[in-house]
Amino acid sequence: MSTVAERSTGLALKAIRQIAGLEVIDRVGLRGPAERALYSVTKNGMGAAATAGRTFTVVTGNGKSTRPRPANPKGLFDLTPDEDQQMIVEAMKEFAAAELRPVALAADSACAAPAELLESAGELGLATLGVPEELGGSAAEKSAVTGVLVGEALAHGDLGLAAAVLSTGAVPTALGLWGDAAQQATYLPAFTGEEVAVSALAILEPRPLFDPFALQSTARRTADGFVLDGVKALVPRAADAELFLVAAELEDRGPALFLVPTSAGGVTVTAEPAMGARAASTATVAFTNVPLPEVALLADGDQEVYAECIHRARLAWCALSVGAAQAALDYLIPYVNERVAFGEPIANRQAVAFQISDIAIEVAGMRLATWRAASRADAGNGFFREAAVARQLCVKHGAEIGSAAVQLLGGHGYTKEYPVERWYRDLRTAGVFEGALLV
Amino acid sequence: MPIPPPTPNTTVINLETPKKFRPLIGQAHTVAQEVLRPIARKYDVAEHERPKELDFLAAILNGMEDSGATSGAGAAGAGKGEDKPANGNGSDPAATKNGSNLSTALSIMEMCWGDVGLLLSIPGQGLGNSASAAVASPEQLEEFGGRWAAMAITEPEAGSDSASIRTTADLDPGTGEYVLNGEKIYVTSGERAELVVVWATLDRSVGRAAIKSFIVERTNPGMKLDRLEHKLGIRASDTAAFILQDCRVPASALLGSPEVDVKKGFGGVMQTFDNTRPLVAAMAVGCARACLDFTREALDQAGVGIDYDKPALSQSAAAAKFLAMEAEYDAARLLTMQAAWMADNRKPNSVQASIAKAKAGRTGTDVAFGCIELCGAIGVTETELLEKWARDVKILDIFEGTQQIQQLIIARQLLGRTSAQLK
Repeated sequence: MSTVAERSTGLALKAIRQIAGLEVIDRVGLRGPAERALYSVTKNGMGAAATAGRTFTVVTGNGKSTRPRPANPKGLFDLTPDEDQQMIVEAMKEFAAAELRPVALAADSACAAPAELLESAGELGLATLGVPEELGGSAAEKSAVTGVLVGEALAHGDLGLAAAVLSTGAVPTALGLWGDAAQQATYLPAFTGEEVAVSALAILEPRPLFDPFALQSTARRTADGFVLDGVKALVPRAADAELFLVAAELEDRGPALFLVPTSAGGVTVTAEPAMGARAASTATVAFTNVPLPEVALLADGDQEVYAECIHRARLAWCALSVGAAQAALDYLIPYVNERVAFGEPIANRQAVAFQISDIAIEVAGMRLATWRAASRADAGNGFFREAAVARQLCVKHGAEIGSAAVQLLGGHGYTKEYPVERWYRDLRTAGVFEGALLV
Repeated sequence: MPIPPPTPNTTVINLETPKKFRPLIGQAHTVAQEVLRPIARKYDVAEHERPKELDFLAAILNGMEDSGATSGAGAAGAGKGEDKPANGNGSDPAATKNGSNLSTALSIMEMCWGDVGLLLSIPGQGLGNSASAAVASPEQLEEFGGRWAAMAITEPEAGSDSASIRTTADLDPGTGEYVLNGEKIYVTSGERAELVVVWATLDRSVGRAAIKSFIVERTNPGMKLDRLEHKLGIRASDTAAFILQDCRVPASALLGSPEVDVKKGFGGVMQTFDNTRPLVAAMAVGCARACLDFTREALDQAGVGIDYDKPALSQSAAAAKFLAMEAEYDAARLLTMQAAWMADNRKPNSVQASIAKAKAGRTGTDVAFGCIELCGAIGVTETELLEKWARDVKILDIFEGTQQIQQLIIARQLLGRTSAQLK
């Protein structure tokens, strides 16, 4: 067995060198798990570029779908990530600090993530974190908790870029969780194969009081499938997407998820830059009379699956909010210690210091609520209530923390010389999303 | 490409109530429902009357402690069980433990769902026991361990700034005794407890490092009960004031080390708070749960449902308000569990203990007031207990360190500021 370092030399992939070279892997003695997690990276080293808008030929599959195995908690209260999770989180933290944070402002202004970064993320296998190993992904057991930890770690670098690199994983994650054998066989190779496809989970619609359980997008039944109509908002990287998973009201069934290849026709993408999460290249996507085959309907329109998808998406956004809010706290601590006013650091003032305490308190609560919902999802327990709790906390306190961060920096905070105005925009915007990400 | 075999997972992130504690928690809930709730109003009205029903309860709780694998439902359990291999996996010292700090916090939540004032009045289950257990020597635990201890810190001129207490302890070289002089107020269970743990300074010129705690027999003639307070809430719990006048205690009454170690400073006595603050947080969590359960039922009867799928703002304002309160409650509860879990696993938890206390303290009051807002007249009349819970819960944002003290502690540690810099 060659070492990761040897393999990475041969493959000449920047991302592998980066992760394999992280000293943390040696420090905590995790070469074994690291290599396993990097398996998906090495697989992707031999690819040729795929053409945009690929067609997906329906494959029947062997009739057996594969899903991530549920985790098996021993019943003890425990906040310790397992070794694999620790390794992945450490690696993602360093990746976020080295690759995301330095380009965050430029990506925010350009409303796009650098192509090189997206390529690295693809090589890292981020798209298939929720896909079972048997199907070529990197999920062993705990897709939701691992997904939440990864989201938090990446968003610590930058929320918009985290959304950009993770959004394409939503569709394969959904396929891994709920796809039947034919759907998995048809679509997953686009994500586990040579060149990772761009895809997007489109739920949100542009109107006040949007409720994902009361959709205006519709799917009509036809002789050989469905016809889809509707408009979706804030869809990440929609312009590059080859495959959408679209929420639409299915007549006689309720809200349901449909796999929609861009190549099906009738898909119009209009760039729609938003206040925050700009690096995710959000767009409005109109689906007009899109004809879909029977196989397009995910999980046979199961209402429980739809609800689970909504809640898992909310958890993913919670994770990003936690990461960004923690980033704000980590930035504020040295700032208020160093910023002098009236002859001493402003950290010496209770009005400032207590604000720091409040941020620390609420970030900690946001994180635990998010972890709890994710761990319940992995254990196969009901988690919708807990996900609702996490979302409530992350939307409310996340936005407050963004605002407090700008306030603590005063005029500095209002300028683009400092990253806090971006956290202000990103944390407010994160609370608006439905769908787009999935753990 | 061969894939290395998966490493066996040693840990799984899990934030549920541990399975092994569920019987204990179930018992605590039954006690809260069957014993505490029925007499809650009685002792709210009859302030200063000793709740005699609790004497039986103390016996039952002691029985639970002796029969069960874990500590009892009161506050006494925390801080003394860390050495036991609590997870049945004692061979692996690195394995996570769910011990007496967590089981006690969870039990307290249930008991305070019943009644906070009565929980504080259960003989032998006071915070004084917890606090003394954290610093007492094995010999002292042997001598005092089974007896009900109250905690005497606050003075008329020293509230949150407990480092500036004026009660003195002077060593009498002739007898080897310490002689205590001063005044103590706000001593929870001070009248009913068998022992009072008194904070006093060996040398006022040295400051914090000289502050030690002393176990004083309640019957000591030098410690005179001055009065009992009349309070906003937790009226079932007596709150005493004492005058210490040439109160003589043996040298062995000093808890911990008699040495005045300036480097260690206040650590000796303050470390008790790392164990007790999560328990006070647990009290607030339990009381908030009582408010939420009551209000949920009232809303149900009024035809207001709560939907966890739909966005809160697409539901009624009442439902949205309830969802918001429930979320803050969950955060407080999880933070409390985290702080207790860290104590069980000997992880430094000073910041988390204060985070839990601050969050639970403010959330308790916010939830109680929000529930009153939703329940209207039912919420404030004495026919129901909600108005009482709203009065009771406020103390939990005050004792064992106020909201503001917790914020100071958190900020000083996160910012690396001293108490001289961040005042």
